[in-house]
Amino acid sequence: MELKEKLVSSFLAFEEEYTGSNDDLHKIRNQAIKDFETMGFPSRKEEDYKYTSLKSVLKEDYSLFPKKENAIEYKDIKKYLIHEIDTYDLVFIDGIYSSHLSSTTHDKIDVCLMSSALNKDLYKPVIDNYFNKIAPKNGLNSLNTAFTKEGAFIHIHKNTLADKPIQIINFSTGNESSVLVQPRNLIVVDENSHCQIIERHQSLTEQPVLTNSVTEIFANKRAIVDYYKIQNDNLSASLIDNTYIEQQSESFCSVHTFSLGGKLTRNNLNFYQKGERIDSTMKGVTLIEGKQHVDHNTLVHHIEPNCESHQDYKGIFDEKSVGVFNGKVVVEKEAQKTNAYQSNNNVLLDDKATINSKPQLEIFADDVKCSHGCTIGQLDEEALFYLQSRGIPRKEASGLLMYAFANNVLESVKIPEIKKRINKLIALKLGVELGFNL
Amino acid sequence: MLKIKNVHASIEDKEILKGINLEINPGEVHAIMGPNGSGKSTLSSVIAGKEEFEQTEGEIIFENTEISEMDPEERAHKGIFLSFQYPVEIPGVSVTNFMKTAINAHRKANGLEDMPANEMLKKIREKSESLGIDRKFLSRSLNEGFSGGEKKRNEIFQMAMLEPKLSILDETDSGLDIDALKIVADGVNNLRSKDNAVLLITHYQRLLNYIVPDVVHVMVDGKIVKSGGKELALELEERGYEWIKAEKAV
Repeated sequence: MELKEKLVSSFLAFEEEYTGSNDDLHKIRNQAIKDFETMGFPSRKEEDYKYTSLKSVLKEDYSLFPKKENAIEYKDIKKYLIHEIDTYDLVFIDGIYSSHLSSTTHDKIDVCLMSSALNKDLYKPVIDNYFNKIAPKNGLNSLNTAFTKEGAFIHIHKNTLADKPIQIINFSTGNESSVLVQPRNLIVVDENSHCQIIERHQSLTEQPVLTNSVTEIFANKRAIVDYYKIQNDNLSASLIDNTYIEQQSESFCSVHTFSLGGKLTRNNLNFYQKGERIDSTMKGVTLIEGKQHVDHNTLVHHIEPNCESHQDYKGIFDEKSVGVFNGKVVVEKEAQKTNAYQSNNNVLLDDKATINSKPQLEIFADDVKCSHGCTIGQLDEEALFYLQSRGIPRKEASGLLMYAFANNVLESVKIPEIKKRINKLIALKLGVELGFNL
Repeated sequence: MLKIKNVHASIEDKEILKGINLEINPGEVHAIMGPNGSGKSTLSSVIAGKEEFEQTEGEIIFENTEISEMDPEERAHKGIFLSFQYPVEIPGVSVTNFMKTAINAHRKANGLEDMPANEMLKKIREKSESLGIDRKFLSRSLNEGFSGGEKKRNEIFQMAMLEPKLSILDETDSGLDIDALKIVADGVNNLRSKDNAVLLITHYQRLLNYIVPDVVHVMVDGKIVKSGGKELALELEERGYEWIKAEKAV
């Protein structure tokens, strides 16, 4: 049976499991499965998936609903956590919440489970207001919505500073052979509030894993949200990350995506600016090799005047790896004085590596500053010679130049432990040992 | 120290160096002058090992070792230093971190442990102070946004840190005002000893007022056509290069 049919036919049994009081959820799910049935998975015929084929990851016979809770020990997963600092942790194993590895809170902020938020009356107003409100209707989002069960629910109440970063980590164990997991996260940050979130998907096995994750983020007035995605999964794991952010006036949101691993990674990242003086920032470093594939598909929708957006994506591609960058910026007629900046720079280390870079600007306002730039090149031979002439061997010199290349993306990371971690991961990938941290 | 015998070099099949012979002994300062396009900078790049140039003929012997086949970093480890005419900007790598990496790469190649951090800092402080380099400068990204003078001073700082046996200064005077020129020249003079040597590549005589050469060579069309004492530089300043070209033609 094709994956699509398998999913559709298993929906009924899944839906009967839900015993919560929220009737609207039934309606939303039933509509979503119908939408998925109509739209299905995206194919390369669609413009947005022209350079990314999901075929190879959809052909697996995924187990859809892991039955038992698979236990893992803290010591086995410690290295995947940012453990050097105090954090709230939401840990999921094969899609199921692991209470003994997590640390949640309801003290001024809610860091808890989507399953409880969907079931408890206390959270109904938030769910009604925000759940499934901004994820655009398409096959993948509808599929996730239809099977929404678990994920992170984060609500930062008005005038509150989340006292520590929040980690959302999804592990897959491989005990179920191949598995499809669909985390659903909802993050609501109220007026004048601030939080930092780290998200990671990690497979602990060589069995195939497909993650179709949907995250909706709402930044209300003057809210600040910093989001870090660490994508360093092993080569049998694929990820489709769908993240949608709605911002109100004077809010600041940033998303940093570090794509260093995985078989196929597709990042759909959309920002909707629903107020004035909003700042949206998205940055990424992609560093891949072999037959890895990383696709960044971004959208910034400038709707109101006086807002800014900054995009800066750097990619280093070795061997036969493939990169895609499709960055769309829409500036509506009312969005005067918009300042939109987009940059995508790539280094190809091998003749067989590929990057498809496509900026798309749709500007309907006349008093705006919009710039975009895209470069594709090799490492600068003159710079390499310069470093070599100072006694730095060619391999280290290349590493140093690649570090320098990716550096300004790391500069804006606000959590030093993440910066250190990413530095180490990049050094490891480049096979260089540097006597310092940048 | 350095013996260059009949060196020919080309880039993309175009021959630039057409039989260079040059011998530099410890303690000496040599200057190579010549009109634009005569191959001066190519010679410095070929000695330092730039792969873009193909050495088609001849030998480069440094301290009794033929180095023509060596990578640039190996030549650096043996004690050759090239001060670039256009130093490359490396964003995100501070001058200090760059220096640490370079020094420890040299030490590793020579079988030594990394230099202890305090020793490194002391050395950086001493050498930068002697060149009048501000401390803030050391934490800036290498050459990024540096003025022409700052870039050249930074090259001499690197030279002071690495203590090479042979320093090749490629047009180090270009783009410098007189004050910057003096600082750079003082820096070079302070590093001179009976054991090391300097090769100056320059277009103008003015640098040679401050770094006085033992031998001046004139390079025209890929060959050294005339060598002499420091007075040759003055003569060139006065008369230009045409008379040498004419002399050579005769």
